[in-house]
Amino acid sequence: MTNNDSMFARAMPALMTGLFVLGLVAPFMMYPTFLMKMLCFGLFACAFNLLLGFAGLLSFGHAAFLGSAGYICGMLVRDLGVTPELGILGGTLAAGALGWVFGVLAIRRTGIYFAMITLALSQMVYFIVLQWKATGGEDGLQGVPRGHLFGVIDLSNNLAMYYLVFAVFCIGFFIIHRAIHSPFGEILKAIRENEPRAVSLGYDVAKFKLLAFVISASLAGMAGATKTLVFQLASLTDVHWHMSGEVVLMTLLGGLGTIFGPLVGASVIVALQSELADKVGSWVTVIMGVIFVLCVLLFRRGIVGELQALIRRSGVN
Amino acid sequence: MEIFGVPSALLGSQLLVGLINGSFYAVLSLGLAIIFGLLNIINFAHGAQYMMGAFVAWIALTKFGINYWAALLLSPVVIGALGVVLERTMLRRLYKLDHLYGLLLTFGLALIFEGFFRDQYGISGQPYEVPELLQGGVSLGFMFLPIYRGWVVVAALVVCFGTWFMIEKTKLGAYLRAGTENPQIVQALGINVPLLITFTYGYGVALAAFAGVLAAPIYQVNPLMGSNLIIVVFAVVVIGGMGSIMGSILTGLGLGLIEGLTRVFYPEGSAVVVFFIMVIVLLVRPAGLFGRA
Repeated sequence: MTNNDSMFARAMPALMTGLFVLGLVAPFMMYPTFLMKMLCFGLFACAFNLLLGFAGLLSFGHAAFLGSAGYICGMLVRDLGVTPELGILGGTLAAGALGWVFGVLAIRRTGIYFAMITLALSQMVYFIVLQWKATGGEDGLQGVPRGHLFGVIDLSNNLAMYYLVFAVFCIGFFIIHRAIHSPFGEILKAIRENEPRAVSLGYDVAKFKLLAFVISASLAGMAGATKTLVFQLASLTDVHWHMSGEVVLMTLLGGLGTIFGPLVGASVIVALQSELADKVGSWVTVIMGVIFVLCVLLFRRGIVGELQALIRRSGVN
Repeated sequence: MEIFGVPSALLGSQLLVGLINGSFYAVLSLGLAIIFGLLNIINFAHGAQYMMGAFVAWIALTKFGINYWAALLLSPVVIGALGVVLERTMLRRLYKLDHLYGLLLTFGLALIFEGFFRDQYGISGQPYEVPELLQGGVSLGFMFLPIYRGWVVVAALVVCFGTWFMIEKTKLGAYLRAGTENPQIVQALGINVPLLITFTYGYGVALAAFAGVLAAPIYQVNPLMGSNLIIVVFAVVVIGGMGSIMGSILTGLGLGLIEGLTRVFYPEGSAVVVFFIMVIVLLVRPAGLFGRA
């Protein structure tokens, strides 16, 4: 470990504390709905990053987890009248189970095939959601009540809702942080760097990949379920493959395999979309495409990755 | 006349629709397989390039009065040339990196193309008339066959088998196969591999554009016509495996037919049947039907 890496490690607790405080006071400075959207997508991207950034597995089907958890949570809360925290839990578990199914099938192949299989499976989920009556088809699941947290705290108050979203984000972020900095995370990195070597060291690679996939899918689902409560709506766009592409873009733009990159990337993309949506129409898609191309060609480390490299370089001089 | 309680005319016409879809799957998965063989890149922009092929034909007809037959040649050339430019300026920089970056780059390109055409032409389809020579239909006794639909199947098969012949039986094809096996050695033998790669990408893309022109009179010319199709084609590629040219063609046609049958017997399942088959193939034979493990 170089001096600079230990410098990052020392700075980490201070950075985390700073961001936590920022998260606590943010709704008094900015529009809470926007912040909630940012945190939901931030968690979604962090969950995705666990898989691509640390295990080296490119899933092109993560919209299926975000979307299906959103629908499950919406149905639980609206049609069965459960409390919001149980709705989120239900959505998370459902996404985890779906992730297990995807994982079992997709890890039979590697690389490009892995991406294509996850994409095809998520398209299957999309068609099922589209055709199933309970999901509302084209209209989506509308009028989901936010309800009362633990049956007590009224979430129709935006500030209360914000702190729930913030808490959910922190829980998800903590789980990912712990997973990355555990022996499990080290093995994932070993598999990413050199899979045959990891196999020869006696690790059951398929088992670790599957576990990473299930954790990532569950947390993506947690983000999706929470998002449904925030917007009181689960819609087809959340299960569409464009959403799977968007989360790849957020992660890539922020910095693949960095701790904060996905959050930064998600914030930039969400901000850009809400800024541009009513001004440029379908050019939003073009702009997303251009950012994608630029990231791949010129900017593969992403925003946070480039910043870290910059600090490292200036530290050497 | 009824087969399994289904009128034969219905069964026949759905099988024909299946065969047509299968022809498109075959041409598109063939293009993907050729590109993957040499470039190790999955061309996510394939669906967008298919869509642009249809649009070039439509623009040529409505703006410049260029007829269908000329467009059938012109459109693959234009879109193939665009492919060559993309390969030379962008894809080329990624060959030394993880293959996944190629997928991500072409995904970005697909978004750009689709967004641009959606902005220019909206999402409602533009009609493209069937050329005069191929209008009308013939009665086969058990069903009615529109001539254009028959033509699409024949044209797609001719192109597929022509491509197979070129790759398996000609000198250029031998270079291509050798380049797929080991590009360094082929380069050392004095063959211009970078040029071969550029040509291959251009040809694969041109195939997609050709399929687009064939599709224009059947489906409407629509900016989103390629985006859902390409995911089905990905599933076709996973089922067939990309190791074999003939495998891609047969898998494409076969899955189109199965989809057609599903539409007769269980219409709700027709959108997902290909994905369902993919799941079964992954469980039983993970390398794909024609794949090398």
